[in-house]
Amino acid sequence: MGRTLAEKVWDDHVVRRAEGEPDLLFIDLHLLHEVTSPQAFDGLRQNGRQVRRLDLTIATEDHNTPTLDIDKPIADPVSRAQLETLRKNCAEFGVRLHPLGDVEQGVVHVVGPQLGLTQPGMTVVCGDSHTSTHGAFGGLAFGIGTSQVEHVLATQTLPMARPKTMAITVDGELPADVTAKDLILAIIARIGTGGGQGYVLEYRGSAIEKLSMEARMTICNMSIEAGARAGMIAPDETTFAYLKGRAHAPEGEDWDAAVAYWKTLKSDEDAVFDAEVVIDAAALAPFVTWGTNPGQGAPLSANVPDPAAYEDPSERLAAEKALEYMGLTAGQPLRDIKVDTVFVGSCTNGRIEDLRNAASLLEGRKVADGVRMLVVPGSVRVALQAVEEGLDKVFKEAGAEWRHAGCSMCLGMNPDQLAPGERSASTSNRNFEGRQGKGGRTHLVSPQVAAATAVLGHLASPADLSDAVTTAGV
Amino acid sequence: MEAFTTHTGRAVPLRRSNVDTDQIIPAHWLKKVTRDGFEDGLFEAWRKDPEFVLNRPERQGATVLVAGPDFGTGSSREHAVWALQNYGFKTVISSRFADIFRGNSLKNGLLTVVLPQETVDALWALTEADPTAEVTVDLESRKVLAPGIDADFELDENARWRLLNGLDDISLTLQNEADIAAYEAARPSFKPRTITA
Repeated sequence: MGRTLAEKVWDDHVVRRAEGEPDLLFIDLHLLHEVTSPQAFDGLRQNGRQVRRLDLTIATEDHNTPTLDIDKPIADPVSRAQLETLRKNCAEFGVRLHPLGDVEQGVVHVVGPQLGLTQPGMTVVCGDSHTSTHGAFGGLAFGIGTSQVEHVLATQTLPMARPKTMAITVDGELPADVTAKDLILAIIARIGTGGGQGYVLEYRGSAIEKLSMEARMTICNMSIEAGARAGMIAPDETTFAYLKGRAHAPEGEDWDAAVAYWKTLKSDEDAVFDAEVVIDAAALAPFVTWGTNPGQGAPLSANVPDPAAYEDPSERLAAEKALEYMGLTAGQPLRDIKVDTVFVGSCTNGRIEDLRNAASLLEGRKVADGVRMLVVPGSVRVALQAVEEGLDKVFKEAGAEWRHAGCSMCLGMNPDQLAPGERSASTSNRNFEGRQGKGGRTHLVSPQVAAATAVLGHLASPADLSDAVTTAGV
Repeated sequence: MEAFTTHTGRAVPLRRSNVDTDQIIPAHWLKKVTRDGFEDGLFEAWRKDPEFVLNRPERQGATVLVAGPDFGTGSSREHAVWALQNYGFKTVISSRFADIFRGNSLKNGLLTVVLPQETVDALWALTEADPTAEVTVDLESRKVLAPGIDADFELDENARWRLLNGLDDISLTLQNEADIAAYEAARPSFKPRTITA
């Protein structure tokens, strides 16, 4: 019987397999950041252990870093202490670190791919659930806890139970203005926040094959929001073209050998998945969340759902609590929801293509009065590229704030936060209660919807912008 | 890791589904660099409400959390497990846990027990009606016992063995150091390196 892509990558990394034990997997790349590593380094010190493979380990700073005044000392002493702890730990153990101010600094899941460190067929881990992002290159990439961070530092391996596999096949053409973000939000709404639990998701089909690497990363990034630890997409010419020439991509004979191997990394035709989901790309529309988990979403043209319509009592209760927290009323059109803040950035949508997409809609337009728009590049490299293309000017002329790279408003660990009761349209990945700041209310959207929303002041799609122009012209 | 064999204690019925790790421990607590001191951050936003179940006088000292489905979704933060343990919880019962949270809990000796939703409903009904009712989670016999409730639960044998004996995963893995070295020696040269050795 044939094997799935996930099974092939898994099998290629088994260090030890024994009856009644989880497989011991080798880890090709370990990414570190300041939040989930300090207790792991402490564990190494307490047990007199070293980092086994410094050459497979890299660190950056992202969660705590401010996006303004980065040349000044960090104002929050606790954030500063955490960053200083990472710097001390990396210096003591010899780990390569890209700190705030370094040209390679940025959100860890943006940094790995842009350096060419994330490649097909690899196992990639990080103490961060959005490590699933790296699966876009056709590797197995998953978030781990701090105990596992310590385990990988000490042994470069992890004992893991073999996951089940789920095929998510998306065939057909995505309609205009429907992005990878809309697609993944629609998938999560379909299978639920627990639907992927225990599975590695493989996204496949003609609509997936047409996507750029940036779009593929957006999709794999949010696999965790469906409960799946990992999501992956088989590597193809798009993947190889993205990697060619990057700092850590193989060269010469190594490149040829690598590509020959990478081409074997696809699910065999007779491979059997444990579960399958089929999505018709043509039927999709711009998608937004209305609730407090990423599965509580609907097409932008829909209304806020009525909790009474849910048959499952726990879903009904969850919807009731979500509407109460979000300050929404059942039946209210999603398009009528006004926002205070628009955030473009994060490991989900903070790459150059995302900024281009948002900028293309903001060009010649203004952010609505009373709306604050933050544009936060995912890394310093993304920021430099955006400046070279003049995107920063477009954002600033439209009235948006152009910030330095970092996780920013994706989570409330740095100064960029919502105030209680404030409402955002956010290109990030989680709309949990208080995620963007205590009492903040989050609607997850694509960069295009974010830009249109910023201009109109209420949740809106790019098509609404041209309608607005037409109306204004009449 | 602290070993877990059996535990008996009063319960906190938490009638919520999709309790994500941002609810268990909000992000601003994650700036700490220790594994302790997270107890005041546990469910911080909800605890501002005096009627929240954890604030009720009859729930003080309870050690068994009985939660709705999809407990621990979201971020990989192990701080969520530490916060529950720092507060005093020894075990969490739910019909479904998020994968990373579950893995983290078992590595710290916080036993996460999966039971069918009907049994969770029965535990909620019991402990809401009688806050003094005690719940026993016995890992040796893989049973949850409470007045009128006798439920078996599953846990893979390897995880159970490690919990019962409080074994440290890293030491176990390092017993197979030769296997790791052999694997490393055979890795293809095209695999990337972050630094040149």
